[in-house]
Amino acid sequence: MAIFSPERVWWKPLGREERLWVTVSAVWCFFMFFMLIGWYFLGAQNLPTKTMRITPAQFQTLTDAFVQANKVGEEAGIPIVHVPAGGDAYLIAKQWQWTPILELEVGKTYTLHLSSLDVQHGFSVQPINLNLQIFPGYDFIVTVTPNRTGEYGLICNEFCSIGHHLMTGKIIVK
Amino acid sequence: MAAISAPNIFTGTKSQYRVCPVTTLKVDLAAERLIIWNAVTAIVALTVGGLYALLIGLTRWPDVHLLSAPWFYRLLTGHGLNMLVFWIVFFEAAGLYFGVTALLNARLVGVRLAWVAFALMLIGSLMVNVMVLMGKADVMFSAYPPLAADPLFYVGYILFAVGAILVCCIFLASLVMAKVERRYEGSMPLAVFGLLTAAIIALFTLASGAVALIPTLLWRLGIGEVDPGAYRVTFWGFGHSAQQINLSAMIAIWYSLATLTVGAKPVNEKLSRFAFFLYILFINLGSMHHLLVDPGLGSANKFFNTSYAMYLAVLGSLIHAFSIPAAIEVAMREKGYNKGLFGWLLNAPWKEPGFSALMFSLFIFGFIGGPTGVVIGAGQINLLAHNTWRITGHFHATVVGGTTLAFMGFTYYVIPLIFRRPLFAKPLVRWQPWVYGIGMILVSISMTMAGVLGAPRRHWDTTFTNAAIPVQLPSLTNLMLTLTGIGALIAVTGGIMYVVVCVGSLFMPKREARALDPMEA
Repeated sequence: MAIFSPERVWWKPLGREERLWVTVSAVWCFFMFFMLIGWYFLGAQNLPTKTMRITPAQFQTLTDAFVQANKVGEEAGIPIVHVPAGGDAYLIAKQWQWTPILELEVGKTYTLHLSSLDVQHGFSVQPINLNLQIFPGYDFIVTVTPNRTGEYGLICNEFCSIGHHLMTGKIIVK
Repeated sequence: MAAISAPNIFTGTKSQYRVCPVTTLKVDLAAERLIIWNAVTAIVALTVGGLYALLIGLTRWPDVHLLSAPWFYRLLTGHGLNMLVFWIVFFEAAGLYFGVTALLNARLVGVRLAWVAFALMLIGSLMVNVMVLMGKADVMFSAYPPLAADPLFYVGYILFAVGAILVCCIFLASLVMAKVERRYEGSMPLAVFGLLTAAIIALFTLASGAVALIPTLLWRLGIGEVDPGAYRVTFWGFGHSAQQINLSAMIAIWYSLATLTVGAKPVNEKLSRFAFFLYILFINLGSMHHLLVDPGLGSANKFFNTSYAMYLAVLGSLIHAFSIPAAIEVAMREKGYNKGLFGWLLNAPWKEPGFSALMFSLFIFGFIGGPTGVVIGAGQINLLAHNTWRITGHFHATVVGGTTLAFMGFTYYVIPLIFRRPLFAKPLVRWQPWVYGIGMILVSISMTMAGVLGAPRRHWDTTFTNAAIPVQLPSLTNLMLTLTGIGALIAVTGGIMYVVVCVGSLFMPKREARALDPMEA
């Protein structure tokens, strides 16, 4: 009776079925334990962990220089920037826009810098559904090698005040 | 009413008790008043949060799209706070007082302090709700800085947390006093052990909340700065661990409901208690799963927290997943329901609301909520799941389909035994767990599917109609969003049934319970 005190001696040995269940569960838990460590070495897509401190003003300056050097066009007032192969790309998150639009080439490796100028945002690439958290004051550095051509939508999936749903952007892979 | 009084050995004062004629439990009358007030306030919070749930569900349903964007975000903030914090914690306060007094034949220590705690929690929750409705706190439940709310919002949040800390302290003090005054023989009941687990987890959880929210309040008052990354680490030490309090309390209630409905006895007390102990040691690591795709945290941190010790807490859950159904099976077989492999299950009292609530809660938590949480806790999968509706689907299966439904089932026993009133509208009671359970299954599965397709959480318009650059999610997403809307309508209907029964029962004539089964009491 779970709502009454148990009998005086309740530390009894486990029954046969209980021992079997606990053993199977424990073996499975320990298998998962090692599997999830192993997956960092076996798996292809790992969590990015490189981060630098940066102020919003510094990040803005770096992005402005990057846009000025590599701008190839414009869409809806947002610059389209062709990133030099193997080079650094800067992407600003701010209320309520991703800027600039990045143009990448398939099979080339890029260093993508992500940071916010105001509040927290969520970097979400669609339709592949890849998601990262973006902070102001942190330069989140992600190594990207696009393997499929196409246009990828960017949305924000961290609530960033009442215009949150207006915040979109784009990455073009050629 | 048979009122008796027993002297308290230290103070010499006398506590007033009554003896419940059905369970022979001794109920401290001072604790009883606190249980009633906390439980009623919890149901008020649930009603407000449920109304918001209806409006939010009808807004995310693409063809209905009811609310304007600001009101959607406003009520979503209110929904999260009223449901995840106010409803659950007020109910848990009632549960802790009930467990430590009635189940131990003991008295509540610090009754005045308990009323202070209640007042702090009430004032805190009112301040938060007012700030949210005034549009001064459109920041969501998580309130990540530098997104800022009115300072009074954080004051309310902190007052509530302080009240909750007091509740835990009163629980622990009463537990010690019950032992000192020899109110019970031997070890405490398993249900109280589960509540103790919840209270211990609650203390470090609330401390973590204070570390997150107090500097944020100071920052809003112009003192110092708040680092967004550090806030998220400490906030989720509160926000996610708070759900582990719910988990422990829910499992304590699962064991209690199994006893109340079919007379089940824990198969092995040692194993069940060990499983609770695993939670205390390891389950707080679950909170790190919010931070796997954050900048700022290093590889070693993310390596460690994607699995590892977390799986020892999963082991605890797997033990309960065995022990509770096994206890029910043993009890049913002892009653003679031995036909076939599942005769005991088919002949179980499905018409008793406590039992159907228990089974739905077990099923939704055990097969949807728990497993989805473990899966999205893996680092690589978290890249696909972070901040999508898949997360929302996960926690609606744990804290709503699991915890809330278990609490609802338990309420039907509390009303005759503690409120001493027969249940109002018994046909509604019979079907309430079914309606609510089926609604929540639909909600949590369709939310998860929409999230897998890319639908973000906390989002007013996933068609991105007014955005400068068009983005389109897979067309199946709209179907999933619609199913969530329909599921929400069904679940809200179940919620309304619950509130109608509870409020209606408050106006039933007062009388002693006649039977344990709430349908006959």
